[in-house]
Amino acid sequence: MGIELKNITKKFGGYTAIDDISLNVASGELVALLGPSGCGKTTLLRIIAGLELPDGGKIILEDKDTTNLPPREKNVGFVFQHYALFRRMTVFENVAFGLKVLPRKARPSGTEIRDRVEHLLKMVQMEWALKRYPSQLSGGQRQRIALARALAVNPKVLLLDEPFSALDAKVRQELRRWVRKLHDDIHVTSIFVTHDQEEALELADRIVVINKGRIEQQGTPQEVYDHPANAFVYNFLGNVNVFHGRVHNGKVTLGSHRVDAPDEFKNTEEKASQAFVRPHEIGISRIRSSEADLEGTIQEVRLMGGQIGLNLECEGFEHPIEAEIPRDLYINLQLSRGDKVFVSLNRVKVFTGDYAI
Amino acid sequence: MLKQPTPETAPLVRKRVSDPLPVQILLIGLMLLFFIGFIFLPLGLVFAQAFQKGWSVYLESITESYALEAVKLTLTTVAIVVPLNAFFGVTAAWAITKFNFAGKAALKTLLDLPFAVSPVIAGLIFVLLVGSRTPFGSWLGEHGIKIIFSTPGIVIATLFVTFPFVVRELIPLMEAQGRDEEEAALTLGARGWQIVGKITLPNISWGLLYGMILCGARSIGEFGAVSVVSGHIRGQTNTVPLHVEILYSEYNFAASFAVASILVFLALLTVALKVSMEKKFQKNSSHH
Amino acid sequence: MGLFQTKRRNILPGFGLSMGYTVFYLSAIVIVPLSMIFFNTFPMGWDPFVHAVTAPRVLASYRLSFSTALFAALFDAVAGLLTAWVLVRYRFPGKQFLDALVDLPFALPTAVAGICFATLYSPMGWLGATLTKWNITIINSATGIVIALVFIGFPFVVRTIQPVLEEVEQEIEEAAHCLGATRWQTFRKILLPHLFPALLTGSTLAFARGIGEYGSVIFIAGNLPMKTEIAPLMIMSKLDQFDYAGASAVALVLLLISFSMLLALNAIQEWQQKEYR
Ligand SMILES: Nc1ncnc2c1ncn2[C@@H]1O[C@H](COP(=O)(O)OP(=O)(O)OP(=O)(O)O)[C@@H](O)[C@H]1O
Ligand SMILES: [Mg+2]
Repeated sequence: MGIELKNITKKFGGYTAIDDISLNVASGELVALLGPSGCGKTTLLRIIAGLELPDGGKIILEDKDTTNLPPREKNVGFVFQHYALFRRMTVFENVAFGLKVLPRKARPSGTEIRDRVEHLLKMVQMEWALKRYPSQLSGGQRQRIALARALAVNPKVLLLDEPFSALDAKVRQELRRWVRKLHDDIHVTSIFVTHDQEEALELADRIVVINKGRIEQQGTPQEVYDHPANAFVYNFLGNVNVFHGRVHNGKVTLGSHRVDAPDEFKNTEEKASQAFVRPHEIGISRIRSSEADLEGTIQEVRLMGGQIGLNLECEGFEHPIEAEIPRDLYINLQLSRGDKVFVSLNRVKVFTGDYAI
Repeated sequence: MLKQPTPETAPLVRKRVSDPLPVQILLIGLMLLFFIGFIFLPLGLVFAQAFQKGWSVYLESITESYALEAVKLTLTTVAIVVPLNAFFGVTAAWAITKFNFAGKAALKTLLDLPFAVSPVIAGLIFVLLVGSRTPFGSWLGEHGIKIIFSTPGIVIATLFVTFPFVVRELIPLMEAQGRDEEEAALTLGARGWQIVGKITLPNISWGLLYGMILCGARSIGEFGAVSVVSGHIRGQTNTVPLHVEILYSEYNFAASFAVASILVFLALLTVALKVSMEKKFQKNSSHH
Repeated sequence: MGLFQTKRRNILPGFGLSMGYTVFYLSAIVIVPLSMIFFNTFPMGWDPFVHAVTAPRVLASYRLSFSTALFAALFDAVAGLLTAWVLVRYRFPGKQFLDALVDLPFALPTAVAGICFATLYSPMGWLGATLTKWNITIINSATGIVIALVFIGFPFVVRTIQPVLEEVEQEIEEAAHCLGATRWQTFRKILLPHLFPALLTGSTLAFARGIGEYGSVIFIAGNLPMKTEIAPLMIMSKLDQFDYAGASAVALVLLLISFSMLLALNAIQEWQQKEYR
């Protein structure tokens, strides 16, 4: 096992930042910690790296209990949210730092260090920047140097704190794919933090969704996306329409409509519930295809790359429903603002309980 | 170094022409008047008085043995005081900026305390602590250690007076830099002294130097505190400012101002260094 | 004291060592020596203490130090505001040079400043000669002390106002103009209130420094009993007579004044922060 966390707890004063988190990461796995701002992602990462001490629990790296080891002895590579490059050192010196501070016996020779640094810089495609200072690099370039620096010491575990958050959308995409490829090449056990669900879904072998210092769900991107464990996870992963209603005997009330509830609600008593439908799982047609279809009016049409976003006003619904349909369909149906259409809600996901967004 | 407009020149570009020209001329004139009366006349006077009896008297005054002894004592004091306060400054700034603990604000206030103390009181407290008429002082005296009216007294009084200079420069600087780089070094396997030597010190080098220059300038020029603990023994416990005073009170004005002119020169040097380092600061901070 | 403990073990190394050294050095150089003032004053008892600090000569020296420092601080407030204004707002040749020279009083040894002013205003001095003709005496008078203190306090005011003035948003002034205010009205109603906390801070610093100042003053003051003896000089002369208790008593009062200035300054700064973000 690469990383094992057992019942980690961390309090800041009276505030519980990490609340009894247990987590296993297999060797060579790339795991995403996903959660809203302030949920404790950075804190958890810092605890693993030894930069913060947990109030309770155990941290086991490669089958060795490292809970009370200082960061120096943990052999963890950490890429900071704002890079934390050494501003008075060149790129070369930055990357070589971890090797140069090794005890004399373990320290490689000058040429070995040079070769290793050059190899790493080539890997992150920054070999040309050897003599530059961090202030002379762009954000994305600094990010790569930070990565190379962390990898220089052959860490057992690589931790990345929001590695792409300070970058613009395009660079972000590129670097994300590049990191995935890099990970496939070197296979170091890695955890990265993000609050961007798209990033987590695309990059990770496994996603761990965190909220308020607790794990809400973990699983492969597919599992988490298709079978969210609760309303929070469903809501956090992607755009969603939320309907507050009641569930009773296999039927959910949505606005003034009733639709079939998923099987597990067959025989329930009447309960407050929330129903979720993702915009792209809303069907639009010119003709009624089933009893359950709603009648709606197109209020707004938005161009969203390959998709078209529609705001639909449906009678009996307080808020407009958001839908996304492929561009082709939009053209075929010859839709425009003010048109009346039939709306079908597919794959309605129902959660009971009083989760509030 | 990136070519960027320094913050100093940047706002000038969009600065409006503010007041009407006559007002500007009036205000600049008033300011010049103040500068002439309070800066230029005194400066000019020093050199005029110093050279009133010609070059030879000037040279003689500053190379005469008591003057040289005074310079030696002042340099000795500076050479002890500046490193001690600089080392303390780095240590205290490390403790204060890299860790969280209760009472931090109170500690910071205490560090500024010597600024609020009159120089004469700064001298007085050491006379009260280790003067020959105090229990501790007489005990030291029995063991052949003399502090007041000798060099150690001058050194500790100067230590007190210049105590806050370095640490005051470093705390805001290190607070702004945060702990990220130190933590990064930690995860890369660096030990404490490696972090301080390779990361922290290079990052604060300019601020440290700046603080040391201010500390040095004040050590050279301190008068009140040193005057209390010195004993004014020529050739032994006379610092340069005290020597200036003695010559002046003996109506030996030419010699007094000649020695003073060295101090003026050093003061001008300090001011020039300060300006050039502030430029350096701004350039550095515009990168990050 | 919670000074030595933290709630959690620290991650960065060296807390115990650096904190220990800081507290040790602070105590050895500052706290313990300063406490000697109290240890030497307390054994006196209340009545002798009051007697020592209310002796006519001592009272006269407090009054003199206080009033000259106050006048000098007021003068510095005006001269400092003017200088900061000119240095920030106008462009003219030699500006940077003058700007640098503002710091000279910080850097120049006080004794040198002292002998300069004493010589300048002596009856045969460059300025003194003319003034004597008009029957104005600066030397050996309170005016002379004020002049020396103006010099000492000047950079404090300029250097506290300058950054604030630099950051005043152009829009504020322009808005006032658009509302029909004259330049003078804009200055008085908009800018001055904005600069006021900094002006107060700077003048308080100059004032606090002026109360304790010694080197630059004694040469021009002439040190006439009851007339031009400043408080630090009283301490000095008591010390010369080995009256340690008396010297500490006078020093204690002076220290209390200085510390209350420091506290007032903190209060000003807090108020300033509340007022403007
Ligand atoms: N040193 C600290 N002292 C007190 N509270 C802290 C400290 N560090 C973090 N916290 C609190 O712990 C909580 C979790 O913080 P953390 O930095 O782990 O959030 P995060 O999930 O990384 O958020 P973001 O996405 O904004 O970076 C926050 O509410 C924060 O205020
Ligand atoms: Mg974070």
